[in-house]
Amino acid sequence: MDALFTLDTGAGFWNPLLWVLGAAVAGVIALVLYSLGRRDYKPGTAQAEPFLSGNPEPEKGLVHVRAGNLYWGFLDAMEGYYSSIVSLHTGDLHDYVLWYLGVSALFLIVVVIIG
Amino acid sequence: MLANLPYIVVVVLFLIGLATIVLKRNLIKIFLGIVILESAVNLFIVSLGYREGGIAPIYTNAPGTLMVLPTPQALTLTSIVIGVATSALLLSFAIVIWKKYGSIEIGFLRRLKE
Amino acid sequence: MITSFIVENSPALMVIVPFIAAFVAPLTGRVAPAVRAWIVGGAMAITSAITLLLASDVYAHGTRLYVFGAQAATQTIAPDSGGIPVRIMFTVDPMSALMLVITAVLAFAVVLYSLTSERDHTGLGSYYTLFLLMVTGILGMVSTGDIFNFFVFLEILSIASAGLIAFRIDGGIAVEAAIKYFVLSTLGALAVLIAIGIYYGQYNALNMALIAQRMQYTLLDQVALVLIVAALAMKCGAVPMHFWTPDAYSMAPSSITALLVVASQASLYGLFRAVFTLYNVTLNAACIGWLLIVLGVLSMVVGVTMAIPQKNVKRLMAYHAISQTGYMLLGVGVGLAVLGNQSFLSAFGYVAMEGGIFHIINHAMYKGLLFLTAGAIFFRIGTYDLNRMGGLGHSMKWTMVFFIIGALAIAGIPPFNGYASKLMIYESVFAFNPILSVIAMVVSILTLASFVKVFHSIFMGPVLPEYKDVKEVPRPMLIGMGILALVVIAFGLFPSIVVDTLVAPAAHALADQGMYIATVIGGGA
Repeated sequence: MDALFTLDTGAGFWNPLLWVLGAAVAGVIALVLYSLGRRDYKPGTAQAEPFLSGNPEPEKGLVHVRAGNLYWGFLDAMEGYYSSIVSLHTGDLHDYVLWYLGVSALFLIVVVIIG
Repeated sequence: MLANLPYIVVVVLFLIGLATIVLKRNLIKIFLGIVILESAVNLFIVSLGYREGGIAPIYTNAPGTLMVLPTPQALTLTSIVIGVATSALLLSFAIVIWKKYGSIEIGFLRRLKE
Repeated sequence: MITSFIVENSPALMVIVPFIAAFVAPLTGRVAPAVRAWIVGGAMAITSAITLLLASDVYAHGTRLYVFGAQAATQTIAPDSGGIPVRIMFTVDPMSALMLVITAVLAFAVVLYSLTSERDHTGLGSYYTLFLLMVTGILGMVSTGDIFNFFVFLEILSIASAGLIAFRIDGGIAVEAAIKYFVLSTLGALAVLIAIGIYYGQYNALNMALIAQRMQYTLLDQVALVLIVAALAMKCGAVPMHFWTPDAYSMAPSSITALLVVASQASLYGLFRAVFTLYNVTLNAACIGWLLIVLGVLSMVVGVTMAIPQKNVKRLMAYHAISQTGYMLLGVGVGLAVLGNQSFLSAFGYVAMEGGIFHIINHAMYKGLLFLTAGAIFFRIGTYDLNRMGGLGHSMKWTMVFFIIGALAIAGIPPFNGYASKLMIYESVFAFNPILSVIAMVVSILTLASFVKVFHSIFMGPVLPEYKDVKEVPRPMLIGMGILALVVIAFGLFPSIVVDTLVAPAAHALADQGMYIATVIGGGA
């Protein structure tokens, strides 16, 4: 773990090999804990089935949480931001061109005034 | 004033091209705006190399040494060739859009958004 | 004998080999598609080998010059030209060499992948023609030392890219994306051409080193600078000129999208080259630096927040590409903002630039990998819609592993490569302005959140009934992804070696304008 493998980031350092070593140790500990689990269950009986408040297990397609339902809370909380930023993406070619020309003009003003 | 005439024409052509791109809603017209813009840039480059009273830069039997610059002409030729390829590709896109969407108004070109 | 010939002429060969192969490939496709596959794969392997050879030569012996049509390849100034470099030349300095390495590795992996993923499609002759022309365009763009030549390769690249974006017409939607890309990129290229005309009119030069030497930073130069910076920032997808990026990236075939990432990085290279080599300290470094930083921060924030609600997996990844480009603009922008100040530069400026440049190579690798995994999923289930996916981890185990590697790398999780470059950016930018650093970290967290969503909805969950017959993708596609995954892991485990050998020389070559001028002007006479 000499200087060859240590990345100097100016304020600190980063040595991935040390990190991997630490991760390996953590992994070994996790494996040990995992191996302490029960082995005396009976496969094929209700012991191995998921417990859904005693209800029968629904179809496979219904169990999966689809992408559209994820982060609903985040999107809802940020609705003010999203309603404005999404509506900027109009898909209209004129808007694309106007944004480009507008930013060019803005840069021109800034650069010419400040120097 | 007269020496700057080509540059005035360049600016006018450039603005016409930009206005066509930004204001027209028909794809063909927008593409023509791009072609006008290309002509403006070509005229700009070729007029950079012009020297008043200069002759074509061919050294064999040249009557004098005052010649127009050859490099901008080479640049303009290259740029014209690229412009032809660009227009051809854009117009072929317009053909496909007309076949698939049934219209070449850009108001219909909004299936990809957000 | 033959090896020395190849090494000597490598800058010309790396452009001419794919260029010739581009037009040979469709002819051989008439004989048999297998012959064409071998020609394309072989040409790309040769190109990559030559490119890597050239890059290693540059890193070992310094900047390589290649003057076309001169008596000697390094004779930049012809004896009868009056001390002016008149010929077109390639100037391959360490920064160009870094871009060459990226292009060589990624393009080779993509060819391996697309020879299998595209084999059942029609029109493959022109597909590979355009593909190889794209490679030609990128390689030429990043190695040329002549600014008009840069424009020509830029146009080769954008015409080929537009053709490929529209390639799978898909009811016209792909063509719509191509129109949006191509109109904008033509406008951008024309702006670059006007800037070239301005330089020529003022300095009678097209050679970058000569323009840099004569640079006065007059009002016209400021106009030219803005034209170039705005055009190339638009082409690399910086917010608020990014609107074409998700459209084009999501509609192109996946292997092309991976190459489009490199194409965008080549535009970013052009931007950095213009700002650092053409202008350097003559411009108001703080002003332009802050412009780049503002673009970078906007790209990071808007890119990642727009990615979170996306439903199309490639559109989501495209928004992440915008967001990651922001990191590069931020890192290099900080380096530019302190350019004139040697103490700031050595305290954090160089580290920031190294971080930004390291992020370019990392981003190309993991984002290319992610787009290829998206393509692999599309190859088997035929949709990009996240709402219709699920449970694929049971059948596509290798694809899942590669996706995990790419996703962790882009989110900046140790020990993958994204973490190393992001850490360099965080720490150096913190010394410049702590708020920017905090924004960068928050964006990284949102990136992770977004990829957790993608991972969950594609791979997790029970096997869905509609996908119970799905198999793993064929082996060549896995090898293509595997190359990139190996690079991601290797760069993550040994970042210091990569930074010392590849990135730091590139950053210093970029910042040191005097060296660039001296190599070209003072070299051959």
